[in-house]
Amino acid sequence: MTNKSRTAPASGRPRSQARVVASRDAAGNLDVDALIADRSVRIIVCCGSGGVGKTTTSAALAMRAADAGRRVCVLTIDPARRLAQSMGLTELDNTPRAVDGAGADGGSLDAMMLDMKRTFDEVVESHATPEKAAQILGNPFYQALSSSFAGTQEYMAMEKLGQLHAQDEWDLIVVDTPPSRSALDFLDAPERLSSMLDGRFIKLLLAPAKGPARLLSAGFGMVTGAINKVLGAQVLSDVQTFVAAFDTLFGGFRQRAEATYALLQAPGTAFLVVASPEPAAMREASYFVERLAGDRMPLAGLVVNRVHDDVTDAIELDDARAVARRLREAGGPESQVAELLDVHVERLLTAAREQRERDGFARAHPGVPQVPVTALSTDVHDLKGLRKVGTLLAR
Amino acid sequence: MSSTALHVVTGKGGTGKTTVAVALALALAGRGQRVLVCEVEGRQGIAQLLDVAPLPYEERRVASGLDGGEVFALAIDAESALLEYLDMFYRLGRAGKALDKFGVIDFATTIAPGVRDVLLTGKVYEIARRRGEKKDTGPQYDAIVIDAPPTGRITRFLNVSTEVAGLAKVGPIRRQSDAVTAMMRSGSTRVHLVTVLEEMPVQETLDGIADLESAELPVGHVIVNLVRGGLLDAATAAAVTDGTLDAAAVGAVLESAGLDATAGATLVAEGQGHLERQALQAAQRALLTDSPAQTAELPLLDGVDLGSLLDLAGRLREQGVA
Repeated sequence: MTNKSRTAPASGRPRSQARVVASRDAAGNLDVDALIADRSVRIIVCCGSGGVGKTTTSAALAMRAADAGRRVCVLTIDPARRLAQSMGLTELDNTPRAVDGAGADGGSLDAMMLDMKRTFDEVVESHATPEKAAQILGNPFYQALSSSFAGTQEYMAMEKLGQLHAQDEWDLIVVDTPPSRSALDFLDAPERLSSMLDGRFIKLLLAPAKGPARLLSAGFGMVTGAINKVLGAQVLSDVQTFVAAFDTLFGGFRQRAEATYALLQAPGTAFLVVASPEPAAMREASYFVERLAGDRMPLAGLVVNRVHDDVTDAIELDDARAVARRLREAGGPESQVAELLDVHVERLLTAAREQRERDGFARAHPGVPQVPVTALSTDVHDLKGLRKVGTLLAR
Repeated sequence: MSSTALHVVTGKGGTGKTTVAVALALALAGRGQRVLVCEVEGRQGIAQLLDVAPLPYEERRVASGLDGGEVFALAIDAESALLEYLDMFYRLGRAGKALDKFGVIDFATTIAPGVRDVLLTGKVYEIARRRGEKKDTGPQYDAIVIDAPPTGRITRFLNVSTEVAGLAKVGPIRRQSDAVTAMMRSGSTRVHLVTVLEEMPVQETLDGIADLESAELPVGHVIVNLVRGGLLDAATAAAVTDGTLDAAAVGAVLESAGLDATAGATLVAEGQGHLERQALQAAQRALLTDSPAQTAELPLLDGVDLGSLLDLAGRLREQGVA
């Protein structure tokens, strides 16, 4: 497997050029409306670190595209309860459902929430004989793998995207990505799966089932001996049974994983990196952009959520500070104005700090357009709120 | 003989979990104390925060604590932990290499469910049981702080024996995971949840507390991070709300101070926005106060360096977290 997704961005590493596929508006911002109006764009993937508002961005973007006349499906991973309810996602049935009240000009919005285990089970059921499927689904190793393997959610998100795309019912699919332990685990999922399936260990486990005893070298005996010692004999036999039953499915799995990966690279896909204007989130965003470039994935740009840029410099920082000090010394009712000036100073400082973060990113990635989304005072949990975020996204 | 205190720090992404973990380690490192802070997700967040070189799989002294104690840091990765484990308990020097060659290490650390978490927490278990160099000096570390996975995954991460139960019913992995779970449930462990005063993180924190409690894992403090202090006193807030301090009144004061009077409207609107945000914070704070866990608060600081980490450490100590 690859380790590149696990390591932090190394500042000295040579950067690959990002494949930027979106345009800028007159102000130089990422033009989100142009992106969703572009009928050749069929898939938009929103990625970014946890807690930056990825799910809200995905839903708002899907909503705006539906209102602009596109037939949209949004695949969310783990939406906040109230947002999910507002979109009618009250039951987890792993199928897109129409969102009432969304869409205009012939556009529509369907939404679904990923059920990782169910997706995995469905893949098994649709690609194996009923007997074999039952055997796999009942295997303890499979049950543990399908519900808790660290990469399963990422892999199943990609599997589901491939299925939705193949259904050809929508002209735009917006995908929210799992809050991965490390950036872009979902890009690694196909490769990780392939390398697991191609691994010598799996081949050796399969060997007894396939016959030729000569493959059972002395080395393998030592290995199974060690595993039995550490894990206990029953684990290895569970794994062996699983691998043997799963053998016929392996090829199909790998093929689809690779097809989805190619689909992501192809024209028609656009990645949006989502961040908030904090150092840690912007550092992750930089890493995402570099990783996407390294995998030659088409990048639309950076969405910077929760920006506090709705502040006027009606009074400049130095003046506000100096006058606040004088008024406070004077005391009386005028000190109340000093407190209001303190609020103004705090807002100016926040805006300046956030702007520095955004400028730093722009210097490191001059070709990548950004769009700031002004912070709302409350969380979004209805369609009206999603439309409002959509308007802010489109500036 | 005293045992090593274990502080597990979790929280939703973006709430400053790593910052709190490091500040807590600094707070715990009183005079003569040795504290270890570990990360388990390969993000090198501790090194970035302290501005030191990336951490290896080896304990390194990284800072002095609040009263001159020593703070060490360690990045735990599952691959190294497995090889070390095999070597330590089975003397599998040669077979360990063979396992690697056959892809078994990869299999065990990335694919076999739950094994990864057993390895990461197992390493903490091993360190917590270590004794100092002299026989009766007590544990090597007085406290260990784990910068743990986020709230959504924390219960599974700590409750490893349930995690591997479906997989390994007997054998060393099972015994190891049972021992780890026993340590996590013991009186020397505290799980702290970092949050900010916003709807989603607070909801996730309350859900997290319920999950931890039902898994019999000891909940420590809810640490409310990045709190914005109120800038308007009660009288000013009332005057802004009831309109006695309006754009004209503020404008007049600004004008007499030599500023543009028209900015009065802006300042009043900003004051109202500030009060609205304070009210939202207060509503979220009330939800946390109703929960069984104790809370502590840390302010939003302008940038993070060692000085501000020590400031946060002092506040954690004052509020009884350390």
